[in-house]
Amino acid sequence: MNTRHPRTRHGFTGWPAQWWVMGVYLFLYAPLLAVLVQSFNAARFGTEWVGFTTHWYRQLLHNQPALQAVLNTLILASVSTLIATFLGTSLAYGLSRWRFPGRDWIERSLSVPVFVPDILLAVGLLLAVATAQELGLGLEPGMPAMIVGHVTFQIPFVAIVVRARLAGLDPTLEEAARDLGATSWQTFRHVTLPLLSPAVAAAALLAFTLSLDDFVVSFFTTGPGATTLPILIHASVKRGLSPEIHALSSLLILAALVLTLALTALYRKPPIPS
Amino acid sequence: MTEPSYVAPCAPVSRGSPVCDRKGTDTPLRQGLGPAALVCGVPVLWMLLFFLFPLLGLAVMSFFSRGPDGEVTPPLTWENYRRLLGFGELGFDPFYPVVLGRSLLLGAATTLLCLLSALPLALWLARLPRRWQLMALTLVVIPFWTNFLVRTYAWQVLLSPDSPLTRLLNAVGIGQSGAGLYPGWGAVLTAMVCDFLPFMVLPIYVAAERLNWTLVEAAMDLGANRWQAFRHAVWPQLRPGVAAGSILVFLPATGQFVVPDLLGGAKLAFLGNLLQQQFGPSRDWPFGAALATATLGLMLLALAWRARSAARQETHRP
Repeated sequence: MNTRHPRTRHGFTGWPAQWWVMGVYLFLYAPLLAVLVQSFNAARFGTEWVGFTTHWYRQLLHNQPALQAVLNTLILASVSTLIATFLGTSLAYGLSRWRFPGRDWIERSLSVPVFVPDILLAVGLLLAVATAQELGLGLEPGMPAMIVGHVTFQIPFVAIVVRARLAGLDPTLEEAARDLGATSWQTFRHVTLPLLSPAVAAAALLAFTLSLDDFVVSFFTTGPGATTLPILIHASVKRGLSPEIHALSSLLILAALVLTLALTALYRKPPIPS
Repeated sequence: MTEPSYVAPCAPVSRGSPVCDRKGTDTPLRQGLGPAALVCGVPVLWMLLFFLFPLLGLAVMSFFSRGPDGEVTPPLTWENYRRLLGFGELGFDPFYPVVLGRSLLLGAATTLLCLLSALPLALWLARLPRRWQLMALTLVVIPFWTNFLVRTYAWQVLLSPDSPLTRLLNAVGIGQSGAGLYPGWGAVLTAMVCDFLPFMVLPIYVAAERLNWTLVEAAMDLGANRWQAFRHAVWPQLRPGVAAGSILVFLPATGQFVVPDLLGGAKLAFLGNLLQQQFGPSRDWPFGAALATATLGLMLLALAWRARSAARQETHRP
């Protein structure tokens, strides 16, 4: 597909566009930079720059609630990612291999949860948890409910990513395996899954990132003792800004940076179906 | 498709999309409820139990009443929806309709501003040499994956009384010096556009990537000026991306609760804040459920409209 024109002079490459683009990038990064800079600011109050310090980071190491929140965030993200990757991959595989009643309907609505505002999902989950409590099903607000909530918004993302990869696989490979006498499971295990693994890994990374990014769903389903980093940050911001919050938030920024770069690296290597 | 597929969520995979028309999907879909149930059963059940049923449950609950201690009780009633439209027990009060309108306005304004900022960026991205493109794109995506709450509260820092940005803006006559630039509409909109911008950039970029520039050349050769060339040769090709981006911004922006919560102040309530209030401190779940159902209805309407216009475009294509 060679529609790109190498030597066009007009349109979106001149200096007005470049200035505009610079401005937009600055706008996108201003909040991140502000938090990073403030996390090294020696001032206890206010945002006036007083001097450089790593004091706030060192202080975090002695801040028990903050450490607990980091731990909770990681547990929540890991467990939910594990479950969602398994369920989402299996959903994508089923959708791409079998015809069954309701299949088209499921496929069409796969992306609906992606569009629905997180607060609606959160309120729905709140209702589900309350109902489960009423019925004595043991789904308490707190870590279990938060894991359920995160898995719920992760599954569609995982399924969409894996589904796209499955659609690009060469079907003759699976046919060959089957012709040579492999069972369905053997075909999946030794042919499909290895071909799929880059997409599954990417989907898992994506799900993990989504979990770290979430605040609203956790906020509505949390319970005593299940404070995550975003919830802690929210509560502290409500009380007033402090350098410790900036240091904590910088950890989240760093995590997003690392994860995004990992995703990019992962996608660049395996040729994406084209 | 050479763009990284984390764009995939932005461009939902449909049967008509080029990704799916390849050999894979259209091959042997085997008949079989048994194996399919084994593979798809649990995830489908999960989504039914924790996504679809709760939303339906909210719709049902919205017809119940609130008991004296905040419990959900009969009688069944339209009261919650009447209240939503402003007809409360004490006669007409425009508070709720105003909040509804304000949220829609916020959604629309955010979408428009995102579109204006994203369009040049997306086109610029698409015209970069490959090597730089990946880097520039990654730079757009990093804030996208950074915690929403962090990016939002950061505007409290940026708009606080003694920040350099506030001083600069004060110097050009925006705001009063010595006072912060939040809370208020300005702060909410600024943070909203900043938070949602990548949602708009990525789908438009995907469309711009596939743009056929020879059409632009042809238009220019035929005497079109820059604007005409953009209007008739570029814009129609970008439309699917713009539509996808607009939906991705408009829907969550309308239901947004974190941004107004942190930057809007107590007087500026939006749908999201109202929802949180009903399910939190006020403990009026039936009314909250009515709010949620109404919001969901609006979203589904928008999605259906988008699906229809996408289908129409599909049929018009030669």
